[in-house]
Amino acid sequence: MSAKVTVQHRFGAYGGQYVPETLMPALLELEAAWIDAWADTEFRARLDALLRDYAGRPTALYLAERMSEIAGRPIWLKREDLLHTGAHKLNNALGQGLLAVRMGKRRIIAETGAGQHGVGTATACALLGLECVVYMGAEDMRRQLPNVQRMELLGAEVRAVEAGTRTLKEATSEAIRDWVTNVETTHYIIGSAIGPAPYPSIVRDLQRVIGDEAREQILAATGRLPARVVACVGGGSNAIGTFAAFVDDPGVRLLGVEAAGEGLDSGRHGAPLTVGGRPGVLHGALIALLQTDEGQVIEAHSVSAGLDYPGAGPEHAHLRDSGRATYTAVTDLDALRAVRDVARLEGIIPALETAHALHVVLREADTSDMDLVCLSGRGDKDLAEVMRRLPEC
Amino acid sequence: MLTDAVTTPGEQRIAQAFAQAPGRAALMPYLMGGFPDPATSLRIAQAYVDGGADLIELGMPFSDPIADGPVIQAAAGRALAAGTGVEDVFAIARAISPQVPVVLMTYANLVLARGADRFAADAAAAGASGLIVPDVPLEEAPALQAACAAAGIALVPLVAPTTTDERLARIGALAQGFLYTVSVTGTTGERAALSDEFAQIVGRAGGATSAPVALGFGIATPEQASAAADAGADGVIIGSRLVREAADAADPVAAVEELVRSFAGALR
Ligand SMILES: Cc1ncc(COP(=O)(O)O)c(C=O)c1O
Repeated sequence: MSAKVTVQHRFGAYGGQYVPETLMPALLELEAAWIDAWADTEFRARLDALLRDYAGRPTALYLAERMSEIAGRPIWLKREDLLHTGAHKLNNALGQGLLAVRMGKRRIIAETGAGQHGVGTATACALLGLECVVYMGAEDMRRQLPNVQRMELLGAEVRAVEAGTRTLKEATSEAIRDWVTNVETTHYIIGSAIGPAPYPSIVRDLQRVIGDEAREQILAATGRLPARVVACVGGGSNAIGTFAAFVDDPGVRLLGVEAAGEGLDSGRHGAPLTVGGRPGVLHGALIALLQTDEGQVIEAHSVSAGLDYPGAGPEHAHLRDSGRATYTAVTDLDALRAVRDVARLEGIIPALETAHALHVVLREADTSDMDLVCLSGRGDKDLAEVMRRLPEC
Repeated sequence: MLTDAVTTPGEQRIAQAFAQAPGRAALMPYLMGGFPDPATSLRIAQAYVDGGADLIELGMPFSDPIADGPVIQAAAGRALAAGTGVEDVFAIARAISPQVPVVLMTYANLVLARGADRFAADAAAAGASGLIVPDVPLEEAPALQAACAAAGIALVPLVAPTTTDERLARIGALAQGFLYTVSVTGTTGERAALSDEFAQIVGRAGGATSAPVALGFGIATPEQASAAADAGADGVIIGSRLVREAADAADPVAAVEELVRSFAGALR
């Protein structure tokens, strides 16, 4: 990996720093600290060692033969579900945890939807001896209970957020308010490629390890690049981390899969990139956003807590507008079926978030002759919700 | 403290209100437009005027107010649930602005949704003298500054205790109308004790601008308002305390008028 450091404030028209003045000095400090750390070979070596010896990188790239047979083309799965804590989120949490230590901030806050980023952050904090507070919507605490228990066992304090639909958007707002109040002592480990600059760049660069490994692995295994790279998009971190390594390969199509919830026509979904519309500002950046004509943010809906968010990171909107990536959406019921299908075909229980991407490669016709999918996480956290909802499928 | 750089009608009107305020500092109570419903909030605004407000900060509710604590968040939620739209809040500005200057406060997305130019023009047409957008810092301000200048209203910037001297100088130089000085590191909301911190931030803000310095966030008692004036603030903004009164009192209109009167008394 090169030591080139890129912090972008704008991705086309998207991004920016729409935050209270109270936070601006901290964002400037964070950007300087990040540029310094990312160019520092010792910092990089420390992170790489942790990713290898502690987290289990590189993760496997696996040819899913029975899925491939059904799809009629080879499907390669990048196994982030095998990473310690069970999802890609740890790549970011470890990197930002080390950065916080370097900045002398010993209190960490995070937001979480599915609980995977919360668990990743709680894990990094346990490892590095940092105090950890995680904001989580009360509805998400219900549907992702095992992850709440894991965070608490790891020593984190999980704070329930009761506002609005009690999901990821409100948890993120509450984390930002905590940061506004405690910014002098606290680092906010944002969990996706969202938020004000420099966060979308930091999270992308920390998740890029997924795409860099996968590109090397698929070249080694097949001697060529895939026709299509597919990933689910909540805030967009596993997708941007995977896409980043292929964005300069013109023959490789990039496809992000959002949550269609109860159907795009129902208005109850989490697919701002797919439905298009006017960009808007939420959580510090100009992004693709579900909103009313007057600019009130519309609540998202998805069976998967990690995709239940009305926006997606700024770089995705830019990739969409420039035509480099395309976005589509998959309903709750199709995602639930994909969890069952992949479990029975491959012996892998995927996260509900990931199942949105898996449905596309398994069930939707396409001209692709080889797919690479980011299997962003494992589905243990979803068992109760999946068993409750599967009878509908 | 008054300046020669006054350029727009909005700035002029705000400057006059600060200069002519009868108290030691101008009193600027905040109300959430549309809370608890549009009709009652108009009566609350009138009660602020009757109680002795020199200017009024009029909030336009947004679904995701990241700079606000629980009281104002809840009020925004209720205002939206009561059907409050942008035009309802402009209507309050239209009704109140003939009596005292109105400074609108809302979040970036509502401004962008309408388009900065149209939003500023519509605000001016509704009689607003200024605009406060807490999630538009210096870095994102230029487009909105141009829009406000074209519409003849002041874009009021914020500074906070975390603002470095270098930023303070740049923000202070650009301040129009007044410099909104955040008294605490945190969101809006009442604070039990904070008067000790006033002097430092007010002093720093005053040294960085020729515009009046108005102190806000956390000021909840007449004693704190008086301490802010003692510390040299040219204006005092009272938010959550009044919104809480409007939420809890049996007769919110009478109760907020009484409370505004007590703040005005403390500043005399
Ligand atoms: C397994 C898994 N995949 C995907 C996501 C969505 O997040 P992102 O779009 O940032 O990858 C989450 C979020 O919680 C997750 O837990």
